[in-house]
Amino acid sequence: MLASILASGLAAGAIYALVGVTYNTMFSTSRVMSFTAGQLAMLGGVFGSMFTLKLGMPIVVGLLLTLIGCAIIGIITEFVAVRPVLKSLDQHLYVLSTLALALMIQQVAAIKWGTEPQPFPRLIGLGSGVFDEKFWLPVVACAITILGLEYLYRRTLVGRAFVAIAEDNFAARALGLPERNLRVASYALAGVVGGIAGFSGGELLLAFFANGALLNFYGFVPVALGGLGNNRGAVVGGLALGLFQQAANFLVGGIFSSVAVFALFIVVLLAAPQGLFGASTARRV
Amino acid sequence: MTAVTATPAHQEAGAIRAALPQLAPFLGILALAVMLPFISNDYWALIGTRAAIYWVLVSGLNLVVGFAGHLAIGYVALLTLGAYTTSVLVAGNVLPPVPVFAALPVAAIVGAMFGVIVGLPALRLRTFYFAMSTLGFATIVTQIALAWQSVTGGGIGISGPEFPAPFNTAWGFYFLCTAFAAFTTWMSANIARSRFGRALIAVRDAEVAAEATGISKPKMLIAIFLFAGALAAIAGGLFASLQTYITPDAFTFDLSVLFFIAILIGGRGSILGPMLGTIILTILPEIAAPLAAWSTFLYAVLLLVIVLVMPGGIAALLDFRNRRPLASNRAILPRPAALADIVRQRAGGSALALRDISLSFGNVRAIDRLDLDVAPGQIHGLIGPNGSGKTSTLNVISGYYAARAGTMTLGDAALPPGMPALRAARGIARTFQTPRVIGEASVLQNVMIGGTIEGRASFVEAMLSLPRNRQDERMLAAKARGLLGVVGLEPLADVRADRLQHSELRFIEIARALMLDPDFLLLDEPAAGLSSDEIERLAGLIKAISGRGTGVLLVEHHADLIFDICHQVTVLNLGRTLAAGTPAEIRVHKEVVSAYLGG
Repeated sequence: MLASILASGLAAGAIYALVGVTYNTMFSTSRVMSFTAGQLAMLGGVFGSMFTLKLGMPIVVGLLLTLIGCAIIGIITEFVAVRPVLKSLDQHLYVLSTLALALMIQQVAAIKWGTEPQPFPRLIGLGSGVFDEKFWLPVVACAITILGLEYLYRRTLVGRAFVAIAEDNFAARALGLPERNLRVASYALAGVVGGIAGFSGGELLLAFFANGALLNFYGFVPVALGGLGNNRGAVVGGLALGLFQQAANFLVGGIFSSVAVFALFIVVLLAAPQGLFGASTARRV
Repeated sequence: MTAVTATPAHQEAGAIRAALPQLAPFLGILALAVMLPFISNDYWALIGTRAAIYWVLVSGLNLVVGFAGHLAIGYVALLTLGAYTTSVLVAGNVLPPVPVFAALPVAAIVGAMFGVIVGLPALRLRTFYFAMSTLGFATIVTQIALAWQSVTGGGIGISGPEFPAPFNTAWGFYFLCTAFAAFTTWMSANIARSRFGRALIAVRDAEVAAEATGISKPKMLIAIFLFAGALAAIAGGLFASLQTYITPDAFTFDLSVLFFIAILIGGRGSILGPMLGTIILTILPEIAAPLAAWSTFLYAVLLLVIVLVMPGGIAALLDFRNRRPLASNRAILPRPAALADIVRQRAGGSALALRDISLSFGNVRAIDRLDLDVAPGQIHGLIGPNGSGKTSTLNVISGYYAARAGTMTLGDAALPPGMPALRAARGIARTFQTPRVIGEASVLQNVMIGGTIEGRASFVEAMLSLPRNRQDERMLAAKARGLLGVVGLEPLADVRADRLQHSELRFIEIARALMLDPDFLLLDEPAAGLSSDEIERLAGLIKAISGRGTGVLLVEHHADLIFDICHQVTVLNLGRTLAAGTPAEIRVHKEVVSAYLGG
């Protein structure tokens, strides 16, 4: 049983962590938390199943098209729901605009794709039991994504520009960085990360429209625990959440595991509203 | 006190006449609702009933979302809770069966309790976090309803409660729900118009100023979460009866979206707007039948359009009064003499004393061993270069910062560090460097906020508009009008505050602070941004305030104003006292002249 808890816990945790990274990627350049993060991961599964099973494309082509599709949705998010409300960030209108867009994405998926969970293809065909690929694929995908992002942020010019904007928007603009284009790029990147989460977790979660709302919540928990914009915190928080949830799932049953996750979320946030690894807030008066 | 004790009967009649234009739309909707049976069929009875039930929930949620500004997007959870509580109690599968009219109040109590549990995170969590926590709660309630088969019937469901005659026909039940809706409208409107409703908006838009006027955010929020939770649960009971049979599938997240969006389409801080929003969203899928499957998509598009194009919602569209242009050449003409009618004359009283106060931010010493005394009836000037610790000192006195060392006393009693919400009760009022005014409220309402802690009626008395609450309202309104006269803004009393000029906002803040009839008034750069005429009038006003025995602590950069009106002046530099004394002494003090005044 311990092996099953570990396998499914790490797999689910890796998916949550990737959704958390999706939140962070969008947040870093725009200071906006978007309800579309979970929907992007849902679309990763739906697009993947659509391209490979429905349209019969090879896996690699399917993956590529899925990531492109998710990147486009990410860019649409920036144009439709983020850019227009950035001027009045303090009014928190983004909560509403991104919620509206997330609902629209979910509703279109429900109507066009169907409200039943649909199968996702076996991608490689390696492993069985607790070493089945549906368990280790998300973990590998998460590791590769994190390493890739670290490389991007530390070694490339574009990545450093992202970091500069995340650190101090005004100073970055004063240096002449094309803030708006970089923001669009970061939303495309967030779309790709969300797509990877959905695609690698497709065998575990299936192609199901309701995954969006679920991942929205479970992907936000690690962000809240780890502190906004902190990818390392999101990964640690995501894996911990996955293990906690699966352990509760095996030990006390599915319903109470979600109650336990919710209780944990609320208790931790009330104790440390800025997250376990986050910094405290600015002055008010 | 002449302005405060005008004859109540006369005012009552005047108040009703003034409220009539606002009341008319509600009466119109009620008249339409009563006429509905005579102009339509049973199908519309169903839709009408549904709209009424939704409104029972939304009228409570509106106070949470529209007034308090908390984005509670998972309220379907409380509807579910109420529906199952009522159904289970009436069906008697856990306890002996209970009549439905006894089950509804029980459901209301359960709903109120859970309303607070779901709402409490709002005390610590901001916007998106709070939205997520309500969303999470909505998910687990459905899962529990599905899993707890012995009580809820699981996926198979349970039959809803049946109401006794005459409410067991379509139109009978319709009238019952409409009556509930009318009653909850009345209650929520009472709360919205009372000092509690204004305090909610103050916490939403100017939280720091709300604390300074003594508004306790936890108390306010718990009261409305109880109210909204109870109404949502009652709506759930009615909803279960309308459905006749409930399963967890009946409570989709789409319903939550409908409730939430109805309020946003309606507009923040309005009751009529969300009511129209609820009616429109309930009817919309019915008249566009082919679109029924797309209804949530439609709601989402509406939400996006509202947010991007018309953030004020329907209420802003209907707000004709605030579109009339204001006179552009208006001047602020204070009448300090009128202060005598409103503010009591103090004789002597105790002094405010700071001893050895230190405060640091990281390695920066903002205040370093400061001693300061403000005597009653005196104007004490606090000057110094930028970053010398003037505003920090005010913030320590009003409790926003807790000093690292030192003591504060008011007379013989110690003033506890921190706890800004307790300062108002100790007679300390203040204004802010950047005016913190509620833009969406009228000037009069902004000033009335200042007197919130003077009201004596409880939340329940306000909800039912009992005599004590009406007395409070009359007292606060009369006092606020009087003070607007004192600061010279009386003609603008009914204008939305965000339409005013900067200098006018400064005088609103002073009027709001005076609502407390404070022993001590802390003014943070009140002359910044004022014209020289206005500064002169401000000087007269401050002198009149101190003339009533109030001690004034004045932070200012206008040296002329300071030397003109202050009795005592303290000069700060790098958090330390550079000099203290009378204006005449300070004016010739060598170090002050070289460090600050120049010359």
